[in-house]
Amino acid sequence: MTVWIAIAVTAAGCYALKYAGLAAPRRLLDHPAVRRFAMTVPVALLAALVAVQTFSDGGSALTADTARLAGVGAAATALLLRAPFLVVVAAAAGTTALLRALGLG
Amino acid sequence: MRDALGIGLAVGVSGVAFGTASVAAGLTVAQTCALSLFAFTGASQFALIGVVAGGGNVIAGAAGALLLGARNTLYGLRLADILGVRGVRKAVAAHGVIDETAAAALAQPTPAAARTAFTATFAALFIFWNATTLLGAAATERVGDTSAFGLDAVGPAIFLALVWPRLREGRRIVLVAAVGAGLALAAVPVLPPGVPVLVAAAAALLGPAPAAAEGGAGGADGPDAPGPDTPAADADRPREVRP
Repeated sequence: MTVWIAIAVTAAGCYALKYAGLAAPRRLLDHPAVRRFAMTVPVALLAALVAVQTFSDGGSALTADTARLAGVGAAATALLLRAPFLVVVAAAAGTTALLRALGLG
Repeated sequence: MRDALGIGLAVGVSGVAFGTASVAAGLTVAQTCALSLFAFTGASQFALIGVVAGGGNVIAGAAGALLLGARNTLYGLRLADILGVRGVRKAVAAHGVIDETAAAALAQPTPAAARTAFTATFAALFIFWNATTLLGAAATERVGDTSAFGLDAVGPAIFLALVWPRLREGRRIVLVAAVGAGLALAAVPVLPPGVPVLVAAAAALLGPAPAAAEGGAGGADGPDAPGPDTPAADADRPREVRP
């Protein structure tokens, strides 16, 4: 049930954020603090998500799952090689799955 | 239109990934599809299910999702004049204000072309994203244990792909990313799941000074000259971004 509440809050909030942009006076965009917040916060959050989801199982312990680490490493390598999104995702899942099949991690 | 279909296909891939990851995280197929239908902004959706997967505080998860969704407000600000929609149409259009539609619309030479691009991209994405979410979710529900498929690496890989183009903007942005990641990891053992990612938002304070490259943003991207001509538009570069 709490999951449904979180979904409802997320959906309503995400819609409100989108609508606010269309409805707000666009002078807001010229406000440096607004622009800075909107552009920079996602970078901090996304980097944090990469780190947390790579080095934990979602709980309160930091872990280093070899197969998952290798999968994220493969994704980074694919990005360095400017691979398309599909390849990046496939490299991550494929590498992790392969290592698990081989009994590593 | 062809562009819209191309983006739709690319997004479909991550739709499958989302449906899969969401069910693997413990959400039902119905919950998964509800998120794609009603939240319809990929990064936020992935952030929420990531917290649910760890049995974390779902309120913190929702807060993280909303913080990530705040960038859509910026797109809306930029799109408002170009789209020029009111009333019911505005309420519908608002749901489609995401990375890809903003990029497609802002790249057009005229307001009319921008409106067409926005509508076509929105329609294609909405259909592909939701259909593929259902596909991934339903398939995963049948499979059961998915750890053998390496899906736990898909979430971080997608977030990495999302943040990647931003890291080319300069050292300050790389610093923000590094400090954000470090803060979050340091907080994992001491704070409830979901909260560490919120703590990382503080790293944004280290961001580049806003005054620097903002010069022409004031009116340059109005209806007469929509286009990726501002730092924000560069940063919006959403080709590899989910809805």
